[in-house]
Amino acid sequence: MSVTIYVPGDSGALSLGAEKVAKAIAKEAAERGVDAKIVRNGSRGLYWLEPMVEVVTDAGRTAYGPVSTKDVASLFDAGFITGGQHKLSLGDPEKLPYVAKQTRLTFARCGITDPLSLEDYEAHGGLTGLRNAVKMAPADVVKQVTESGLRGRGGAGFPTGIKWKTVLDTPGEQKYIVCNADEGDSATFADRMIMEGDPFVLIEGMAIAGLATHATKGYVYIRSEYPHAIAVMTKAVEVAKKAGILGKSVLGSSQGFDIEIRSGAGAYVCGEETSLLNSLEGKRGVVRAKPPLPAIQGLFGKPTVINNVISLASVPIVMDKGAQYYKDFGMGRSRGTIPIQIAGNVKHGGLFEVAFGLTLGEIVDEIGGGTASGRPVKAVQVGGPLGAYFPRALFDTPFDYEAFAAKDGLIGHAGITVFDDSADMLKQARFAMEFCAIESCGKCTPCRIGSTRGVETLDKLAQNIEPEKQLALVTDLCNTMKFGSLCALGGFTPYPVMSAINHFPEDFRPAAVAQAAE
Amino acid sequence: MVMQPASTELAARTAAVISEMKNLEGPLIPILHGVQEEFGYVPQETLPIIAEALNISRAEVHGVFTFYHDFRHNPAGRHVLKVCQAEACQSMGSDAIAAQIKQTLGIGFHETSKDGAVTLEPIYCLGLCACAPAAMLDGQVIGRLDADKIEEIAEEVRK
Repeated sequence: MSVTIYVPGDSGALSLGAEKVAKAIAKEAAERGVDAKIVRNGSRGLYWLEPMVEVVTDAGRTAYGPVSTKDVASLFDAGFITGGQHKLSLGDPEKLPYVAKQTRLTFARCGITDPLSLEDYEAHGGLTGLRNAVKMAPADVVKQVTESGLRGRGGAGFPTGIKWKTVLDTPGEQKYIVCNADEGDSATFADRMIMEGDPFVLIEGMAIAGLATHATKGYVYIRSEYPHAIAVMTKAVEVAKKAGILGKSVLGSSQGFDIEIRSGAGAYVCGEETSLLNSLEGKRGVVRAKPPLPAIQGLFGKPTVINNVISLASVPIVMDKGAQYYKDFGMGRSRGTIPIQIAGNVKHGGLFEVAFGLTLGEIVDEIGGGTASGRPVKAVQVGGPLGAYFPRALFDTPFDYEAFAAKDGLIGHAGITVFDDSADMLKQARFAMEFCAIESCGKCTPCRIGSTRGVETLDKLAQNIEPEKQLALVTDLCNTMKFGSLCALGGFTPYPVMSAINHFPEDFRPAAVAQAAE
Repeated sequence: MVMQPASTELAARTAAVISEMKNLEGPLIPILHGVQEEFGYVPQETLPIIAEALNISRAEVHGVFTFYHDFRHNPAGRHVLKVCQAEACQSMGSDAIAAQIKQTLGIGFHETSKDGAVTLEPIYCLGLCACAPAAMLDGQVIGRLDADKIEEIAEEVRK
């Protein structure tokens, strides 16, 4: 008999031994004379269960996890190829509460399909959006994306359709679509997961963007820290070219579109769109002043759509199911779904795609299940290294761009890092400044000098040298960085620093605490 | 004159990398990646060759080369271990993990062991934030680092 077994090839799963597990399963199957077809799918994003192995049975897919090589023989003994019970049995993966509670629009196929099988992609609804777009006028495609309410998922939350409209309306012989896959924020891995687990959805989204704006060339700028994502995307582009999705004519339409994959070179600041464009042009990844907007003068001075991976990967569903369908999810001005990445010291870390509006407390305590260490949650950093630290007192904040801004925070790329009560917030604030100093492109003074002075000032504070003076100084410094920096690196570093100071003042008076204890 | 054959060889290998990528739009960074793949680092002598081929100044090439963390000025060890030091890994004790690795390997960050076996580097995020603390050994990802896994890494690099 023949059996199909899914063993994720996602780098999160690989980091937990999926490669060895896949090999062990293949070997065991061969020895037992089982005709096993092993598919290397993406991850469903339940990282505490990875490597999560799934088997196709008569009753559908059934999952086992976390599987290690030493479990493989016993899985075969238990008859897992026909869904047999084992201590690692998880049952139908779709019925796991973590999966069942999600609304998977962008990640509909991630973890389910073979990432490089176009047949699989189409069988699960892929290419419908692009086929619709091919039949429409560019302005109508832009209108549909605008009406969906989709906002840039990279962090800034700028309406995607408005950006596209500017590029469509700007005349130009050559226009570009640039996908920002420089996902450098700690706690974020949604871009990586989609590129490794469902690369065609990004390609489809970029092709739609090309048709909508008359852009014929696309670049995906992937950070070099993601070698697996680069490999999968490169292969997927080849497959798409052979299938006529990319090339001189997109699915038989009168317009062509091509994609090239580019690797970054380890500079965090290149996640900022203008420095990314400079990097693509072969220059130092230094931030550009805006205006001119990239939509008017972007890559090589040409009109350019620059969007985050998740923004582009959310376009196919909008073009497939319609603007209203997408818009019906969410709250306020935050429409649709957001893939929340729950990371750090958390029991159930992973990706959870859901409509906007869950509270931070629901995400951390109910979905994330609290800390991995079992200790109380002290702080949660939302939005990566440039995001604010939230204390438990703000856990009622709903996940929504405006609601987070109102609490002096940001959603960013929707990554959240959970810290238990062993975290030292002074140390975290210092790290934020240090990271900014390491990664500053050096163009503007508040960021370049301010971050270094910030580290020094916080060090003095830690040594209890005139603490009140240092606190006043760092507050003033943050104010200068926030309003005087050219881009979000210098401009947002004050968020983690000031939120740590404001919400956890006790950590910034180490000597006073020691004295009180005596 | 003894150096002549070596530098001719270096020039030829550099030229081969350049010719492969020269027609790309914005070819400089792909070329630097290519040169690093070819030599294991970016030798200083290749910079003027690149500058001439792309018709840009040496200063410009130098500026780009030194801007990006990825490009090496010197050869790395036979193995390269990158240990994540970003926030999600910090929340799971990456400081202690890094200290343990440094002690086990006998080197600090940005250092190569005397026998040339391994170079140790910090990295800021591998996208394995739900599998923290994380590291990457020669491009292979490793999640949930602990004492046992550090020992395995040490064995691997000493082979």
